[in-house]
Amino acid sequence: MPKTIVLDKKSVDFLKKITDLSGETITLCDQCGTCSGGCPVVEDMDITPSQLMRMVLIGDQTVMQTKTMWLCATCNTCTVRCPRMLDVSKVAEALRQVTLRQSINKVKIDEISKEDLSELPQIALVAAFRKLTS
Amino acid sequence: MKIPYYPGCTLKSTAKHFENSAIESAKALGIEFVELPKWNCCGVVTPLAEDDIMHHVAPVRNLIRVLEMNKSGAVNDEKRLLTLCSMCFNTLKRSTLRIKEKVDDLDVLNDFMYKEEDYDGSVEVVHFLEILRENGFDEIKKQVKKSLENLKIAPYYGCMLLRPKDIGIDDAERPTIFNDLLTSLSAEPIEWRAKNKCCGSFLTLDNKEIVSRLGYDILTNAQKSGADLIVTSCPLCAFNLDNRQKIIKQKHPEFEEIPVLYFTQLMAIAFDLDKEVMGLDGNYINPVPLLESKGIL
Amino acid sequence: MMKSKENMVTVYIMGDAYNVPESSTIITAMEYSGFQLTTGVGCREGFCGACATIYREKGDYKLKGGLACQTVVTDGMTLAQIPFMPAEKPIYDLKELKPDINTIKELFPTIFRCVSCNTCTKACPQDIDVMDYIQALKKGNIAEAADISFDCIRCGLCALRCPAEIVQYNAATLARRLYGSYLAKKSPEVDESIEDIKAGKYDKELEELTKMDRKTLSEKYYARETKLR
Repeated sequence: MPKTIVLDKKSVDFLKKITDLSGETITLCDQCGTCSGGCPVVEDMDITPSQLMRMVLIGDQTVMQTKTMWLCATCNTCTVRCPRMLDVSKVAEALRQVTLRQSINKVKIDEISKEDLSELPQIALVAAFRKLTS
Repeated sequence: MKIPYYPGCTLKSTAKHFENSAIESAKALGIEFVELPKWNCCGVVTPLAEDDIMHHVAPVRNLIRVLEMNKSGAVNDEKRLLTLCSMCFNTLKRSTLRIKEKVDDLDVLNDFMYKEEDYDGSVEVVHFLEILRENGFDEIKKQVKKSLENLKIAPYYGCMLLRPKDIGIDDAERPTIFNDLLTSLSAEPIEWRAKNKCCGSFLTLDNKEIVSRLGYDILTNAQKSGADLIVTSCPLCAFNLDNRQKIIKQKHPEFEEIPVLYFTQLMAIAFDLDKEVMGLDGNYINPVPLLESKGIL
Repeated sequence: MMKSKENMVTVYIMGDAYNVPESSTIITAMEYSGFQLTTGVGCREGFCGACATIYREKGDYKLKGGLACQTVVTDGMTLAQIPFMPAEKPIYDLKELKPDINTIKELFPTIFRCVSCNTCTKACPQDIDVMDYIQALKKGNIAEAADISFDCIRCGLCALRCPAEIVQYNAATLARRLYGSYLAKKSPEVDESIEDIKAGKYDKELEELTKMDRKTLSEKYYARETKLR
């Protein structure tokens, strides 16, 4: 069965919010899939980067429940390859920020083991806390 | 030549051998690093949200220190800020570009500072590799005292030296700068697919399996392409490719460990500097047996 | 006799206006206004850190922090006391720790969330460069952190203002403990002096001093100061 896309106010507002936060004209995405093809962690994602772009474009807020944005390591492979000059990593950041700004953390610092804290270099902790905690 | 130098937090602990070998190799080439006074952590990753000015405060604070150094005479009219860590390089440079693109942000940032002078947007962030290129790879050739002839090396560029394009120090898909350096050091750089493939970066905190899988792919690709060892310029790549070999070995018992060095360690070896400067005891996979078998150490 | 109205200023304590003498500190102003302080007050000399207070002065957008016993009120000041700061405090056995970066990462991982905004430094009533010692810890430089934070009185204002929710003063305490236990240069003179005290070398002199009247003692004290100069 074909899925009906309803562009109600809620979905239009969501697209606008993510567009504003990311600074990317998401409606330019023509779903070529280059971002997904080059993504080093695509096989671990539940939706591909191009699907993420599509869901935001149609204002589908269930994108917030997917893992993809949290697995983007901002490697910028998609950024340099997008034929539309879009930066998917900025869209992923915008989606992360929507969650983090509600004081919901992806990583709970007090649940990280002492062994991991001791082993990981500062650079890993600073980067992960920046992207995954609020 | 004296140049303001930003170390970054990891170069003061687990990547101390990166810093030591860089400082001494540079000295051999007549380049003196002058460490920024009172520098602070840059934040490692750049803030990407449009309205997030807050996280540009840390990089800009360091840029102001460069102006202060020029004023105090610590350096002589040198507004370039040298970095070694690829992530610091990327983050600091992206902040300089953000300010150039969005001039209003600079006012907000300056207003937020405390006793600091205003930042004027004049600092340029550079990576050590760029300075080496500018200095001429032939100058490096002149300093080589120990031949690395038999050494096949996989230059690992990773992400942060190359992407995005307005930040990158070389072509994003077909970079050569590392290859040129290795050639000038008399080593043989190999051509390989995974040279600019992501190591998984900070996912190493909450997704070790992913990072070790990416590492396995990168390391075995280097080996299949004939590499004896890998060089990098990023302490996070180094951790993911070097230290995470522990997990890779558990998962793939047939995997043969391969040393991962900072490019500056290789310079120190080729320049025949002190053992302490090379800091080969700082790497997780011990490179000494390999280097000895090749008659280099 | 009532003080004349010219010498009075209006302060807003938790929203309510009170007229208080203009030379009051925040504590004396509160007590003058009828508050009975059982907490949020301590030594009254600026050493114990119990009386942290946040305030804004008339016409100034800045939220400032100060010790209520040391901060003199100004006309139009609005204030609230912070008698207690809820803060995470890791439990550790100092004897089992090493003075290195791994200890910092294990016990205070939140310091790696620092955004270098410098708000802690601005909030510190002791004029300590709080952000600088957090940055020193981030680099693993425990000696520098101990040195910068030496005057900390643990009032908690830094932690209250921190957007990264770091508990700076507890991290600084750890730094000073590590420094004192492992990094400080050992001084053989101190050990010798302790042995001398144990052996009773100063007993006679001390006994004489304790029996002295205040005037003689005072003269002797200032004579010593002069000699030192």
